[in-house]
Amino acid sequence: MEAVGQFWADIEILRNILSWGFILAGGIAVVSGAIGIVRFPDFYTRLHAAGVTDTGGAELILIGMLLQAPTWIVAVKIFFIGAFLFFTSPVATHAIAHAAWMVGFKPLEGPELRYKEDGE
Amino acid sequence: MFAAATAAIIAAMVLALVRAFAGPSLYDRILAGNSFGTKTVLLIGLMGFLTGRPDFLDIALLYALINFASTIAILRFFSYRRSREEA
Amino acid sequence: MGRFIILVLALAGLWLLLSGYFDNALLLMLGAASIAVTVWLAARARVMDGDSVPTGLMPRIFAYWWWLTGEIGKANIIVIRQALAVEPKLSPKMFTVPLPPKTTVGQATFANSITLTPGTVSVDLREDGILVHGLTEGLCDVAAITDMGERVARCEGSGQ
Repeated sequence: MEAVGQFWADIEILRNILSWGFILAGGIAVVSGAIGIVRFPDFYTRLHAAGVTDTGGAELILIGMLLQAPTWIVAVKIFFIGAFLFFTSPVATHAIAHAAWMVGFKPLEGPELRYKEDGE
Repeated sequence: MFAAATAAIIAAMVLALVRAFAGPSLYDRILAGNSFGTKTVLLIGLMGFLTGRPDFLDIALLYALINFASTIAILRFFSYRRSREEA
Repeated sequence: MGRFIILVLALAGLWLLLSGYFDNALLLMLGAASIAVTVWLAARARVMDGDSVPTGLMPRIFAYWWWLTGEIGKANIIVIRQALAVEPKLSPKMFTVPLPPKTTVGQATFANSITLTPGTVSVDLREDGILVHGLTEGLCDVAAITDMGERVARCEGSGQ
């Protein structure tokens, strides 16, 4: 345990560089997911933008935070937050999509982004 | 580093709020609310690091679970209301 | 019985790792009591089956998750590019993909993997497969998604 802590302290510069990279990438993913939520044309396409924030953005920022963890228990907690998000976010996204589909929400389709006519 | 990430997340939260208020449908608003919750989890964690109190992570962990449960609960609530209207 | 032991070990690990107390006898006893109550409630509600303690997919599921992480990364880049593009080239559509896994846990894992990969969201589970909403033409790749399902089905092989 002592040796691991010493090693963790020794590679501080490397950790700082790596976590800058991860947090920068995660920040870009979170912001572009949010831009997608505002920009995309209909509800179903916005689901995908929200998915970027939930998976790529959140996990990258959590990895960046993991590299800065001062004690092992902090690292474990960050790991559990990541695991919970990994397992719950697709369930929540699917629940929203399924609820909208069940009440008869029609998606925009095709490159022209128009609603499909009935009987097509 | 954490300050930059916090700024990015707050900007993303504002954008999610724009979608939550603009709608137009109920499901857009629920989606924006769920996405806002995920960003809140990250924000709480980052605030813990910014202020040098990583104990905040316990709150973030709890918030992740509450956010998930509340999204499911809201969807349940509206599906019940809908089925009563149809009946 | 194997499921019972795995559940107790998992709960004990979760309690110890989240609390960080290893040497306080009173707190450890309270932790053990909370684990006992949880397991008792799970047994009483009859939910301690293959669905809520999914040991059927282990241990191969860990290799699958590792592979899935790479897929999520690739799909993330595609969707981020569309979100930031001046003129996004979206071509959303609904399509059905076949359902290779046979167990309910496998099918849920497959559907969640589709949703977890940005650009594809599983919308409905049907008799003949999963209804998926895709964001662009390149992401609506039925062959690639079926391959993902077959990987999940291979994880099912060993356990139960």
